[in-house]
Amino acid sequence: MITHDLVILGTGPAGMAAATMALEHGITPVVIDEQPAAGGQIYRALERTPVRDRQILGEDYWSGESLIKGLKDPQIDYRPATTVWQLTRQREIGLLHDDKAEMICARHIILATGAMERPMPIPGWTLPGVMTAGSGQILLKSAGAVPQAPVVLAGCGPLLLLLATQYLRAGVEIAAILDTTPRDRYRAALKHVPGALRNASTLLKGVGLLRELRRAGVRHIKGVSALRAEGSGQLERVLWKQQGDDNWQTLETPTLLLHQGVIPNTQITRAVDCHHEWDEQQLAWKPRLDEWLGTDIPGIAVAGDGGGIVGAKAAGMQGQLAGLGAALALGKLTLENSTQRAQPIRKALARDTAIRPFLDVLYRPAKQWRLPDDDTLACRCEEVTGGEVRRMAEMGCRGPNQTKSFTRCGMGPCQGRMCGITVSELLADANQQSVEETGYYRLRPPFKPITLGQLAKAAEEG
Amino acid sequence: MSRRVVVVGAGFHGCSAALRLSNQGYEVTVIDKAYAGRHASGVNAGGVRRLGRHPAEIPLAIAAWERWQNMTSIVGDDCGFRPVGQIKVAESDNDMAILTERERQVHNLGFHHEKLINRDELRKRLPALAGHCPGGLACDGDGFANPYRTVTAWRREAERQGACFREGIEITGIEPKGNGWRLSGGEEHFDADLLVNCAGAWAGELCKWLGEPVPLTAEAPMLMITERLSPFLGTVVGATSRPLSFKQFENGTVLIGGGVRGVVDTVRHVAETRLDGLSENADTVVSLFPFMKEARIMRTWAGVEAVMQDHIPVIGLSSQHDNVIHAFGFSAHGYQLGPITGEIVADLAMEREPKLPITPFSIQRFQTPCPE
Repeated sequence: MITHDLVILGTGPAGMAAATMALEHGITPVVIDEQPAAGGQIYRALERTPVRDRQILGEDYWSGESLIKGLKDPQIDYRPATTVWQLTRQREIGLLHDDKAEMICARHIILATGAMERPMPIPGWTLPGVMTAGSGQILLKSAGAVPQAPVVLAGCGPLLLLLATQYLRAGVEIAAILDTTPRDRYRAALKHVPGALRNASTLLKGVGLLRELRRAGVRHIKGVSALRAEGSGQLERVLWKQQGDDNWQTLETPTLLLHQGVIPNTQITRAVDCHHEWDEQQLAWKPRLDEWLGTDIPGIAVAGDGGGIVGAKAAGMQGQLAGLGAALALGKLTLENSTQRAQPIRKALARDTAIRPFLDVLYRPAKQWRLPDDDTLACRCEEVTGGEVRRMAEMGCRGPNQTKSFTRCGMGPCQGRMCGITVSELLADANQQSVEETGYYRLRPPFKPITLGQLAKAAEEG
Repeated sequence: MSRRVVVVGAGFHGCSAALRLSNQGYEVTVIDKAYAGRHASGVNAGGVRRLGRHPAEIPLAIAAWERWQNMTSIVGDDCGFRPVGQIKVAESDNDMAILTERERQVHNLGFHHEKLINRDELRKRLPALAGHCPGGLACDGDGFANPYRTVTAWRREAERQGACFREGIEITGIEPKGNGWRLSGGEEHFDADLLVNCAGAWAGELCKWLGEPVPLTAEAPMLMITERLSPFLGTVVGATSRPLSFKQFENGTVLIGGGVRGVVDTVRHVAETRLDGLSENADTVVSLFPFMKEARIMRTWAGVEAVMQDHIPVIGLSSQHDNVIHAFGFSAHGYQLGPITGEIVADLAMEREPKLPITPFSIQRFQTPCPE
């Protein structure tokens, strides 16, 4: 097994910035990415997107060009279209590329595996025609494709508004935005505005998006408190209630895009059993990290949204910090030098993330968007409903590992990625215990399915 | 008269002991450092197997098999038991000779549950099997069940009978008190007239404290499971000279295991999988069922299990104390025996002669000084 100094997983802003920073300090990193093109989700398919009108995806998207240029330095061993299916606490990494499995080892690892969308299990969320805003955006970026119009966007969070404006610019008809931000949230978030002003540019961008949507006359329905998708075999209509009104309102639509913010993708940090904590502010699990973004496992660090949601720009800064941390760990920098070098980055990071408390309060997803009702699926792969999970709690299941044997919840092809947070929260709620006490799935390799044939071959290569 | 019992370990055997002792009116507390079924009992391959048992275990396995038939009447749940049969496949003529000898040996002991089958019969039972296999040894009525569901069913029945389960408490000390024992765990003390050691991989520690050390190692049998495949296999399949246990569940997923070992992390009390063992296992599967090459593995895992030097469990009274009963070290094949462990423990607690022959499992076997 070949041992490398530094292996970085992911080519979003965090992974790319980490690679460049490491290279600057004499480390030639291996950068692994599942996608065929660099950029992560935020700069997805930047080099090959058919959407050439730069105005549609916006300036923030195209700002990823310089990071990607940095990644393409010939000294960086960049391996696209490569899946990581295993990672051990001894920093052995199982890779799969072109049907070939292999193991490599690293002295230091930076996980820059980013965020995923929070599931929004409303009734009907599994109907064809219902998808997440994030997947809508991926289609747009990587294929220039838009779903069947008119579209309805429902939920809350910056990505939802961004996608709405991108659709608007691309000429997609938007039937409505159903905004689930509770009305009292605006007042609660107000007290965080002074702090958020430290990152006024992001705040202003948000205001700009809202203004653009308003000017275009997009129907923006606020205070949505209940939502369901209906149709026979295919989405036909969306129904909703507004706060203070007990009547259902209806809109016919072939496409519903749901969004309830993003959460750290902790699949890999969970699988190696890093210490995780429940972030009550962001309502999500995140690994516990030290000042160089190191986990409690020696030689494994996390940069970017995978360690707690910070946004693309801050993710890049964290990537730089993690790169310095790697240089420190590998003896390329003294503590003094790395500390000095990190200081301006930390300052910029603090300024950039000053907007988080405001966003976290404003877009904190309400309970009805996080916990499916008894008839709605929690686990899509194995088709387990919220009601079944609640019954497991009644039977005495205190945590999600105990429900697995009874319901197969979380044991399908997505390995619990989609339902993990939902099931933890459902069980916590039903058992009247904290999410922290309830815990999370024990995750098992392979992170991504590998065939028996590929695995059998890995032994020969061994 | 000893009435208060502390069972250390809430695995299947601990739950079984708790149920049977509660039945007899004992006041039972089961203490587990994690939760019921956390390790080997809850995450094993679920094989319900008399096939290939050590001769000393055959009477126990047969008695246990009868309990498996009546599981619902014992604990109110069939525990997912499916008597689909088990077959140990011969991959060569040499394997066939081994199986033939095995069948003869079992017959000579007076048992007839293992039957040699020829190539044609094997093909009939396992149409998906590769052509080179000359035969096998079959045991009809064996099968598989759902491990965690089993532990839960037994635990719940034990609770209904009055047993109290205390999870998340690690026993850190044990001292004699009066005619019994005082165990310390967390901030608490537990007093017992009778102590039952069902601590699995952690049972050796207890034995050390009790002054009767045993050659026990914690091992980590690994398992992997595939995506759902169309039904192609009814029976549980094993190999003769390579580790393999192979079964397809009703939902289509295929479970692969059979003894390849991972690594036990003794600090974190968990088991981790190792690539080389899994690869070896994958290789075995692909050579027996070539079409499985394309099947995708969804999950791999390992459980912590107590393995004795001689690969049979310790079941019986302590050699040092008349108020300690051991039932541990089932060496990665204890799941099927779970239902009768409790009955044996209850017999011993009541100072009755156990209905099953347990002399071979005495802890004393490790205390006879053997010439090196």
